[in-house]
Amino acid sequence: MIIRRSFEDQLQELQNDLLRLGRFVEESLGKAMDALERQDLALAKQVVTDDDFADDMTFGIQARAMQLLALQQPMARDLRVVGSSIRIVIDLERIGDHAVDIAKITRSLAGQSYFKPLVDIPELGDLARAMVHDSMQAFIDHSIEGAYQVARDDDQVDDLCKRLENELMDKMREDPSLVEQATKLLLVARMLERVADHATNIVENIYYVETGEMRLLAREYNQAAKAKAKAKAKAKAEALDTDSNSSVETAVHVSNNGVSE
Amino acid sequence: MTASSHFPSYSEGKTNSVAASPLSSLKIEARELSLFYGKKQALKDINAQIMENSITALIGPSGCGKSTFLRCLNRMNDLIESVKISGTVLLEGQDIYAKNVDVVRLRQRVGMVFQKPNPFPMSIFDNIAYGPRLLGVKNKTDLSNLVENTLQDSALWGEVKDDLKKSALSLSGGQQQRLCIARALAVKPDVVLMDEPCSALDPISTLKIEELMRELRDKYTIVIVTHNMQQAARVSDTTGFFLLGELIEIDASSKIFTDPSDKKTEDYITGRFG
Repeated sequence: MIIRRSFEDQLQELQNDLLRLGRFVEESLGKAMDALERQDLALAKQVVTDDDFADDMTFGIQARAMQLLALQQPMARDLRVVGSSIRIVIDLERIGDHAVDIAKITRSLAGQSYFKPLVDIPELGDLARAMVHDSMQAFIDHSIEGAYQVARDDDQVDDLCKRLENELMDKMREDPSLVEQATKLLLVARMLERVADHATNIVENIYYVETGEMRLLAREYNQAAKAKAKAKAKAKAEALDTDSNSSVETAVHVSNNGVSE
Repeated sequence: MTASSHFPSYSEGKTNSVAASPLSSLKIEARELSLFYGKKQALKDINAQIMENSITALIGPSGCGKSTFLRCLNRMNDLIESVKISGTVLLEGQDIYAKNVDVVRLRQRVGMVFQKPNPFPMSIFDNIAYGPRLLGVKNKTDLSNLVENTLQDSALWGEVKDDLKKSALSLSGGQQQRLCIARALAVKPDVVLMDEPCSALDPISTLKIEELMRELRDKYTIVIVTHNMQQAARVSDTTGFFLLGELIEIDASSKIFTDPSDKKTEDYITGRFG
């Protein structure tokens, strides 16, 4: 039996709006990346003007979450949902802002053809967008595993972003006339990396809602991956060491034999 | 291996420890405590530990056994006919239901404050001095000092110091309740039991009592029964949830109110129980 029907409805409505905002910024990001790839200025403009909707929703959700805290005094999971909503909504709003930034860069590149077809940046865009999508899906599904997966994906985004940065730097060194365009593309890559970080923040909040534990999932995964790689490298070095020792031993044995002969 | 095994936990909230501080020690322990009113079982095999210098809140719906449990801690249930108790309640390791226990001495060590302020119809001074006089304190200076110290401890001294001869019944409800707390403290108890001490008080008086409880925690162990969940969350270190005579869960209040372990607790504190 549900006693607090109106509170229950308000809490559900808050979560629905959060999802609506999540879908909206995910779409904005997709549009911003399409506009960049196709140099579609009208689409880029739409991303910029539509962002007011995301900002209004963000304020609305935050205001209602504060009201729920003050008027309904939620406890336990309800408290975690409301508290996390206040935090998640900020990350979503920032993702929307990054879509706008990317759209603005597209507009600033109007009339310039790209020095090479964009491949890695759209891939990075797809990865970041998928993380936003998956984070909202984990929210709907109450999925701890989904939350972990997004945190793991962040590593992939970081690696690709690093690679892109190096490539763009090389290009700039090779041909300084590319500096303006390459710098702007570098900024896009950096924004996509930030989008992925926001998606990671979101799943850390989802993890908290579902488990009651606050954890820095991406950092934990990153550290675990580094430790694993280090252990693997160490094992490999030791194996090499053993191999070379045994070949030295064989050589000594052979030469000893030589002496004795 | 679970998915989470890659991830060490940073959370402090997951601990099962209910200690108020690392230094506090066990003050009261109930083991397999059951209580019957005639044939009706009101408490079922309660196991609970209450730490020294902590505030433990007992919550749960009406008739769940929380007040009955509270009254077991200073044998107030002895006064009710047809009550049968099994199991053990230890105060600092001593069984309070043992045959040689002096119940008057026990209730001096484990004092009680009730729902409705119940000052004696006498002066403020005499209300506080009543218990110590019974215990043999006769020296006027000693009594005066004791009254002053106790009223200071219960945050009432500033409001009544100029008029100690005034009738206690002329005080406001909140002041009367603090007087009752002072009266309980006057006989120097170790433990103070409070049965819904704020339910008859206005919000400001309630906050004053809550603040007082936080201050008293340094010197006393406090167990409070409350219907006000926000009060339990605000004031207590540990919270126990009772339901149908069972202690469903007892844990750090920070844990109970953000992430309770038992679904029944979650349903109750989120208002989904009914």
